[in-house]
Amino acid sequence: MAAKTPEQITDDLLRPLQGASGRYWSFLALFGGVIVAALCAFSWQVYAGIGVAGIRRPVFWGFYITNFVFWIGLSHAGTLISAILRLANATWRRPVTRCAEVITVFALSIGATFPIIHLGRPWLAFWLFPYPSERGIWPNIRSPLLWDFFAINTYLLGSVTFLLLPMIPDMALIRDRAIGLRKKIYTIVALGWRGTPKQWHRLESAMQIMAVAVIPVAVSVHSIVSWDFAMAPVPAWHSTIFAPYFVCGAIFSGIAALIIAMALLRKFLHLEDYLLRIHFENLGKLLLVMSLLWFYFVFAERLTVWYGNDPSEMTVFWVTQTGSFSPLFWLMVVCNFVIPFPILAIKKLRTITGCVIASIGVVIGMWLERFLIIVPSLSHKYLPYSFGTYRPTWVEITITAGTFAGMAMLYMIFAKTVPIISIWELKAAPEAQSHHAPALAPVPDSGAD
Amino acid sequence: MPHQWGMVIDLDRCTGCEACVVACHAENNISTVGEDQASRGRAKHWIRVERYFEGEFPDVKTKFMPVLCQQCDAAPCEPVCPTFASYHTIEGLNGQVYNRCIGTRYCANACPYNVRFFNWYNPEWEKPLNLQLNPDVSLREVGVMEKCTFCVQRIKAGEIQAEAEKRAVKDGEIQPACVQSCPTTAMVFGDLSDPDSEVSRLARGNRGIKLLGELGTLPKVTYLQKDSWHGSENA
Repeated sequence: MAAKTPEQITDDLLRPLQGASGRYWSFLALFGGVIVAALCAFSWQVYAGIGVAGIRRPVFWGFYITNFVFWIGLSHAGTLISAILRLANATWRRPVTRCAEVITVFALSIGATFPIIHLGRPWLAFWLFPYPSERGIWPNIRSPLLWDFFAINTYLLGSVTFLLLPMIPDMALIRDRAIGLRKKIYTIVALGWRGTPKQWHRLESAMQIMAVAVIPVAVSVHSIVSWDFAMAPVPAWHSTIFAPYFVCGAIFSGIAALIIAMALLRKFLHLEDYLLRIHFENLGKLLLVMSLLWFYFVFAERLTVWYGNDPSEMTVFWVTQTGSFSPLFWLMVVCNFVIPFPILAIKKLRTITGCVIASIGVVIGMWLERFLIIVPSLSHKYLPYSFGTYRPTWVEITITAGTFAGMAMLYMIFAKTVPIISIWELKAAPEAQSHHAPALAPVPDSGAD
Repeated sequence: MPHQWGMVIDLDRCTGCEACVVACHAENNISTVGEDQASRGRAKHWIRVERYFEGEFPDVKTKFMPVLCQQCDAAPCEPVCPTFASYHTIEGLNGQVYNRCIGTRYCANACPYNVRFFNWYNPEWEKPLNLQLNPDVSLREVGVMEKCTFCVQRIKAGEIQAEAEKRAVKDGEIQPACVQSCPTTAMVFGDLSDPDSEVSRLARGNRGIKLLGELGTLPKVTYLQKDSWHGSENA
């Protein structure tokens, strides 16, 4: 297939913005319905008391904190991957970066709601803000929850900036073609972009700075999320391995989410000529590396606990390896390693479908991993007399479903309002769409610029 | 020097009668949650009598251990609270300010003793039980963590009384409800900063162990027992 002309690229990538099919609206209604149900469930929880959720002593954290860690982890899809690929100057990244960065912004926003949803008195969540108040006290900076508050806000600010910056030239492109109300809206978001050399230069420097700055922030966010657990003297939580283990798991689930999102975009928005097998294959290789790394971390963590033979930790160890949580544990191992490893390691199986199957496994497996870190430890904490158990109620399940629907809906709306593939970046490197462009190949001097 | 309130519980004297549990409920306005919620693990007992069995039937020995907030000097529950609801008082108590609590429940997860209790719903008292509420103890609303305070209202009352009479607090003058109600005097409460107080004397004895002392939480409750559960070095 011949490389597309710039005009074709513009037309193809702006097409999703022109009108929506009945299928789009019915999906939107479906997801909207689930979100409304989740809002009702949350309202009921606020009205009746947090007791309508399944959490109980001693398992004070359950689905909500699992979802919190899961979504924050998923948010490492975009900004981190996209920043690393930008800095590495990987040309194949061009069609991938924006759909990755959007996952970050939405997953982070969704994840950040869970610490509020799970509060006993959510209407007082603003007490985490350090503001001079009549109460005369600041928030406690020794608390990892406060570190979370600052880390997540910093990351959200950073990733929103990182998403919006490279959107500016595309916004201007739409502005120049739109009419009516749309023109007014896109004129505002285009921020007066005229495409002068000075503006290009500034955009380039700003993105370079953001790409460098956002990586340590992303790493710090999931380290701090891990410290919510590692700082507490709870068996199998109090571990130095947790920060890198969580960051690895976050990138792992993030890449999986990105592959699923790309496959859906490719199918629904007919982007077969832009999201190519090579992109899935390259991300699949990254996913393979993360799968191996994840397995290594789990193995190292389990081995150290087992060898250390601390009675309280061994209680948690056996309850996950062979006890009541073992079906979930081994399902996690299957989803995170046994399924993805052969699919991604064997070149023949590393197709688009293969990558998607592996990714679905990883997303399920990583959700289970968060659950298995939180619940078995809390339910088997030191004194056997107060061992307990946990079962979610419909409230927690509905709210959890609502956040998945929320993610899907936000993503759908975004893909209909902003070109999900960066048009100007793609035009800058036409060779990147060639079917045969090898990964990380140096840009051939085709004279296209 | 401020008082350092502490407690000694003699496990060799404890009969597991749970009078302390009842007294605590009455003194501290601890709401009952009903059968259904209790079966879900939502019951609140600031002090509980843990029951352990040793040996094989028919040679079974039952051991009782009353567990309440250990008022740790290095309390894991305190630093994790983002709003200072859980904090260390000058008298060494683990204070819990209900009004500051937003209900993250982090303190309860961090507590190795599982002695923190959460209000999953607003508390209710069937009439006329509302008339027996202790006016010295505030009620806790939904979404708030609560736990044993060493009957801080009694401590404060005793201190104020002593100050009004321009004297020091006498040893044994202040008693939490559980200590007061113990029929076998298995529990002793007093000032650990006074080396001559009964609680200091007993805590120093070679029968004393700290519950989960290996975690370094520095509990201010000392358990006394002749034959140790935790190894022969305490025998």
